[in-house]
Amino acid sequence: MFEGNLLSILIWLPIIGGLILLFTGDKFAPRPIALVFSALTFLLSIPLWTDFNPVGHQMQFVELAPWIEAFKINYHLGVDGISMPLILLNTFITVLIVIAGWEVIKHKPAQYMAAFLIMEGIINGVFAAQDSILFYVFFEAMLIPMFIVIGIWGGDNRIYATIKFFLYTFFGSVFMLISLVYMYSQADSFAIADFHSVKLGMTPQILIFLSFLIAFGVKVPMWPVHTWLPDAHVQAPTGGSVILAAVMLKIGGYGFIRFSLPMVPDASSELAWLVIFMSLTAIVYIGFIALVQNDMKKLVAYSSIAHMGFVTLGFFVLFPIVTKTGSAEGTLLGLQGGMVQMMSHGFISGAMFLCIGVLYDRMHTRDITAYGGVSNRMPWFAGFFVLFAMANTGLPGTSGFVGEFMVILTSFKANFWIAFLAATTLIIGAAYTLWLVKRVIFGAVANSNVAELTDINKRETVILAALAFFVLLLGLWPEPLVHVMNDSLAHVVEQATTSKLGN
Amino acid sequence: MESIYLAIPLASLIGAIIAGLFGGIIGRKGAHAITILGVGISCFLSFVVLKHVGFDGHTFYGDVYTWAQVGNTKFAVGFQIDRLTSMMMVVVTFVSLMVHIYTIGYMQDDKHNWPEDSRGGTNSYQRFFAYISLFTFSMLMLVMSNNFMQLFFGWEAVGLVSYLLIGFWSTRETAIFANMKAFLVNRVGDFGFLLGIAAIWTYTGSVDYKEVFERLPAIEHITLTILPNTEWMLVSIIAICLFIGAMGKSAQVPLHVWLPDSMEGPTPISALIHAATMVTAGIFMVARMSPIFEMSDTALSMVLIIGATTAFFMGLIGIVQNDIKRVVAYSTLSQLGYMTVALGASAYSAAVFHLMTHAFFKALLFLAAGSVIIAMHHEQDIRKMGGLKKYLPITYWTSLVGSLALIGFPFFSGFFSKDLIIEAVHAANIPGSEYAYWMVLLGVFVTAFYSFRMFFLVFHGEERMDEHTKSHLHEPAKVVTWPLIALAIPAVLTGYFLDPMVVGDFFDGVIHVDESHPAVETITHHFHGSETWIVNIFSFVGHGLIALPFWLAMAGAGSAYYIYMKQPSIAKWGYDKLRFIHVILDKKYFADEFNMAVFAGGAIALGKTLWSVGDRFLIDGLVVNGSAKVTGWFSSIIRHMQTGYLYHYAFSIIIGVLAIMSWLLFGANNV
Repeated sequence: MFEGNLLSILIWLPIIGGLILLFTGDKFAPRPIALVFSALTFLLSIPLWTDFNPVGHQMQFVELAPWIEAFKINYHLGVDGISMPLILLNTFITVLIVIAGWEVIKHKPAQYMAAFLIMEGIINGVFAAQDSILFYVFFEAMLIPMFIVIGIWGGDNRIYATIKFFLYTFFGSVFMLISLVYMYSQADSFAIADFHSVKLGMTPQILIFLSFLIAFGVKVPMWPVHTWLPDAHVQAPTGGSVILAAVMLKIGGYGFIRFSLPMVPDASSELAWLVIFMSLTAIVYIGFIALVQNDMKKLVAYSSIAHMGFVTLGFFVLFPIVTKTGSAEGTLLGLQGGMVQMMSHGFISGAMFLCIGVLYDRMHTRDITAYGGVSNRMPWFAGFFVLFAMANTGLPGTSGFVGEFMVILTSFKANFWIAFLAATTLIIGAAYTLWLVKRVIFGAVANSNVAELTDINKRETVILAALAFFVLLLGLWPEPLVHVMNDSLAHVVEQATTSKLGN
Repeated sequence: MESIYLAIPLASLIGAIIAGLFGGIIGRKGAHAITILGVGISCFLSFVVLKHVGFDGHTFYGDVYTWAQVGNTKFAVGFQIDRLTSMMMVVVTFVSLMVHIYTIGYMQDDKHNWPEDSRGGTNSYQRFFAYISLFTFSMLMLVMSNNFMQLFFGWEAVGLVSYLLIGFWSTRETAIFANMKAFLVNRVGDFGFLLGIAAIWTYTGSVDYKEVFERLPAIEHITLTILPNTEWMLVSIIAICLFIGAMGKSAQVPLHVWLPDSMEGPTPISALIHAATMVTAGIFMVARMSPIFEMSDTALSMVLIIGATTAFFMGLIGIVQNDIKRVVAYSTLSQLGYMTVALGASAYSAAVFHLMTHAFFKALLFLAAGSVIIAMHHEQDIRKMGGLKKYLPITYWTSLVGSLALIGFPFFSGFFSKDLIIEAVHAANIPGSEYAYWMVLLGVFVTAFYSFRMFFLVFHGEERMDEHTKSHLHEPAKVVTWPLIALAIPAVLTGYFLDPMVVGDFFDGVIHVDESHPAVETITHHFHGSETWIVNIFSFVGHGLIALPFWLAMAGAGSAYYIYMKQPSIAKWGYDKLRFIHVILDKKYFADEFNMAVFAGGAIALGKTLWSVGDRFLIDGLVVNGSAKVTGWFSSIIRHMQTGYLYHYAFSIIIGVLAIMSWLLFGANNV
């Protein structure tokens, strides 16, 4: 019944919910209100999937209205196979965050919930925007609620973390704005679709590519602009870490596939080596760093960076393959792998941070050495934790395997050594994850604090079970997701391999 | 028929899920009943399939569902049911069923294995059954697969269950170290394996066995330049990468280090996973991939040499072990080496044949060791045993059958399978086969020596246990002894399948041997002297009796008897005089020390360096906080310009006006 403006509803309904919460405040059942709005948004987002037509790459659920007519800026929304699953990921994760914060957040719960609802709407806007200025507005606006979440509900060193987070990401995106304005001057439009088709010379392409690389590279985050992430995660409350890892990082990957590859294909091809180098560094270098972390959140944060390396690798490995074989045959698998990895990482990293939150709520420490033998007191929790840890190591049958498998296969097509370095994640990823499991979950009861732990309650079980369901479903049967994304990604391959140089 | 194929793994899986998630509700009896029922169905149906495929000659090749379709590549979950598969299915489900039954007895008092403050002991019995059923499912998915993706799934899934079971008693530090080690070492193998799969997909565009094999001729002559100035045959790279996977799973040197430590797990899984089935997955995989391996003599040579090294040198370590399970574990390593040697000699059928006989007699030996351990109240040191024959008659006789099969005593299964391997290596013409031949030959002596050293120390001679243990010694319950008897039967009889399995046509169309590798053909030629099967068997045995391996085995068993039963002073003399060798063997060639120092230590040191230098000093210290500092410093200077004092501003304006005026007056004219 809302077909005509479903996307607008998905953007504005949670924002309105958030504003209502800010208005009603803590006294008037903030948690149930937040749950109603987030659940309603999630339910309303399901038709995006069920009514989606996977044939063809055209935008669907399109809405178009003039916004700032002088500059031809439009309120233009739409989704294709790439953005639609990401919106569902966002609406799903937000429901879990509301439930996760139910008992834990005692300080200003209404504002806390409001921040997440508003963030949900803004992020939906990022994925749905078809006008680059609209995209940019959502892209920047997203920082505000996150800034507040870390700044108010964060840990002891939250001010340093928020400023680092804000400056890092803001620094990245200003350059993007310049590029967008430049492309407007060329295309006489701010529509993303028009940017896709506008011709550009090599020099502007390179500059635009670099500005995108900074903007989206910081978001992903890619090595060497990743150092804000561990700090932000460590200081953020559980819900903040979850939305950050599960959804916000995906905006970086989404940016590459929506902006860089189709808008500046020649520069992407020219500088693919740089992105591949940065991705492989993320996988190997960051993996080793994760190994020596003593803070659980930092460990998972670094592990996130390493896993996101597969996303950018999967996207950009397309270019050396085309250069080497002269055809785009098989490159689709890399894009699919990168996208599946984004979805999968949403579930797994979200689950890992929620698990750490479960422990933190009971022990008030994230220091690995403070734990040991948790499984003795929390057997059900241990079961979930081991499942998610295994998914984090890319075990087949879990979602963590699918993307990495596809990207490694594709990388071999480009070069033996790219595949070789990417595949080291099998060893390094397993090493840091299983060592974490060994030190935290297994062993004899380490101390009296661990001895007093109680197993997860119903609320926590529901959250973790929901994530476990998707981790396994996506691992055992990725075809539905792959099918939905197929035509849109095939179109990106076509765009990325079509030169925009010349007159 | 297709629904039967599907039912075989699913029956085990359903049992595992019910026992695992609802163990607390259905209770102990419910858990073992449901899982044994599940595996029982799998086992029964596997026999049906064996008859259907093995004897009636049907085969099946098809997909169950599409896992993902990307471009022209279809990743599917599907089955390939041929004779190799059906044989493996029977071996896996039969041994698994026996182990399930045995577990009822072995894990009966598991609560005592958990500390007071742990909830791990609650439902641990049910959990154990869930794990071994889940293992059965995973192993079936591995052997029944018709594509590399699912093969890799099964491959890692059995590794997962192995991880969970080695660390089953999770409060023990040694157990949780061993399981992490097992997983990581296996991941090194899987790393190679996955690269092999990636290479296959890159050059054939498919991960489906049939399609890949069909497209092999097209990639025969492709070469790759991996390092500058070196050209490698693509097929060699693929085969070596796949074999690295097999080295991890089948514990070949130098990736063998995890298997002895895996003995930290409960004994039933040592029998099922770390002897009979999972560790043979590598052997199975290479046999399945015979069309690829046959294209590369380089790879075969590597397989041969690594297998031979494992067969001999791991056997040697078995001699100095005093833990009953570790002796059997090193024996397993050595026997896996024998199978690998056979693969390298292109005698895939002999390798698979030994895999089958070994599965039965080694599972038997492990379960018998477990029976001894139960009777001894979890004492595993063979120096504290002795004279157990009269207390444990069933265990004794079944152990004897297992040991005779292991050392290759005539008419026992191991005799046929091991003899075939030695013959095959003798006939092989791959580089390294000379070395391999001597290794497997000497290995026969070593095998017999450590097997009977253990056998005599456990069952014969002086009773060295304390009085308390002695007063409680008795044969364990029937659920323990019956599986021993049930496994003793195939431990003898399966050897008689050498015709058709090795010298016959059983594996025709399944295993491919290139004409340039004559090993099996040579044996077959020798074997088929007469028309009747029984005459052939007897002539084979007769031939064996006058051959070197038989006498080496006898010498091994004889010296074990003499040294450990008659003249213990020799053992002491050897220990004193050959101390150097003893230390090397006792320390397992220092492989663990090396790995801990170099790989584990190196990785952590590297991680610390990268973190402190790369992330914290360079990126955060210099660039991020540095630019913040530079900004701060810069503004602290600029700040002086905005002092708020009017005379400062006025002064600046005057200076500025003077500067502009002088430029206009003097500079501009000269331009």
